[in-house]
Amino acid sequence: MIRRAAAEIQPGQVVNLGIGLPTEVANYLDPDANVTLHSENGLLGMGPFPTEEEIDARLINAGKQTVTALPGASIFDSALSFAMIRGGHVDLAILGGLEVACNGDLANWTVPGKLITGMGGAMDLAAGARRVVVLQSHASKDGKPKLVNRLTLPPTALGCAHRVITELGIFDVGGDCFVCIAKAEGVHRDTIVKATGAPLLFTTATSGG
Amino acid sequence: MSRARVRGDKVYVGVVEALAGLLRDGMSIMSGGFGLCGNAEACIDAIAASGVKNLTIISNNCGNQGQGLAVLLQHGQVARVICSFVGGNPDLAEQFLAGRVKVELVPQGTFAERIRAGGAGIAGFYTPAGVGTVVAEGKEVREIDGRRCLLERPLRADLAIVRAAVADRYGNLRFYKTARNFNPIMATAADVTVVEADRLVPKGTIDPDDVHLPGLFVKRIVEVREHRNVIEHRTTRPKGGQRVSEAARTKIGRH
Repeated sequence: MIRRAAAEIQPGQVVNLGIGLPTEVANYLDPDANVTLHSENGLLGMGPFPTEEEIDARLINAGKQTVTALPGASIFDSALSFAMIRGGHVDLAILGGLEVACNGDLANWTVPGKLITGMGGAMDLAAGARRVVVLQSHASKDGKPKLVNRLTLPPTALGCAHRVITELGIFDVGGDCFVCIAKAEGVHRDTIVKATGAPLLFTTATSGG
Repeated sequence: MSRARVRGDKVYVGVVEALAGLLRDGMSIMSGGFGLCGNAEACIDAIAASGVKNLTIISNNCGNQGQGLAVLLQHGQVARVICSFVGGNPDLAEQFLAGRVKVELVPQGTFAERIRAGGAGIAGFYTPAGVGTVVAEGKEVREIDGRRCLLERPLRADLAIVRAAVADRYGNLRFYKTARNFNPIMATAADVTVVEADRLVPKGTIDPDDVHLPGLFVKRIVEVREHRNVIEHRTTRPKGGQRVSEAARTKIGRH
């Protein structure tokens, strides 16, 4: 699933990886693909976690984890960082999700009744990145579909998501349906249909058992 | 003031002196930092010790894990917080739920731009971030070039406390790595900006081309050499390893 998300990244792109699961996509990047990672707290050219010797308390990512800066990296203030996002200079954002609707609406920042954490940069990223891929489980812990016809949770941004990657496959946002463009290995189409809360189309490649 | 100061000199001998006469109940304070990274730690400590209360705090996180600005929350000095993220800040969550603190959540990019606008004399701006969400409530929505946008208003404060790596005596600043974050923009958006610099240098030491924030935004400077620089999530990779290691959620602190 994370490997599939990593395959979304084209050589040379500027990419922002959301906090949580999407952060792990960094582990599967092709080192020769010349991908530049953007961290919204003000770092472009983010490198891997530091070794014990390299740790610097004041070089962190947006998840407040210690990181490194690669050769060619730059550091800037928060307004410029979000100018990059809002201005369409970030090619791709891979974000976590709580719900995605087939019209591209994304909910990923709060669940009513649960302790509020704040949206951080999620709304700006969802609305501003050129392309938004959502990396999430197909259903919630209590079995509710997370690919839905209409959001039931408070939205992060409307019509922003292009693609959803789950443990069951890859799904494009199709307006009034999701389009399954790839199934995970060994997953049957009925399993996907049952777990999805929205109309679903299968391509020729994915329509078989 | 324990030392005769040259007229126009911005440098104060200590953090208490640097904040003297500036703190009052009910005021608004901008505080730089992303979580605990890039906080004006000594200024926060001094504000906590001063006992000033009913504060409006404008800061991305309002402290974290019981530290930084969270100390002001623990002391009951805060009435209102404007921020983008409160996760990892149990003090804020607790006081918000108890109805003791009002919280205005602002998308981080909108938060940054509102502060930038506040410092730059921009009366408002239209942004697509937050359209169709709770953030849009009560705001003008206008379709511009086919895209719906929200009108967002600038943010300013009575006081900004800013952490810099290097300051010269005019207040020209350089920041260190991702401790920069909101510090330079907040320095522009308050009636009075107090800078807590790791190192104070004579004028001319910083090449004009290397100044991150011009000194005209800075009213007062204090040099503070020792900082805690708390790490919230200490994540490492093994020596020689390429892959990112498991995130070790440990905190370190030098107190």
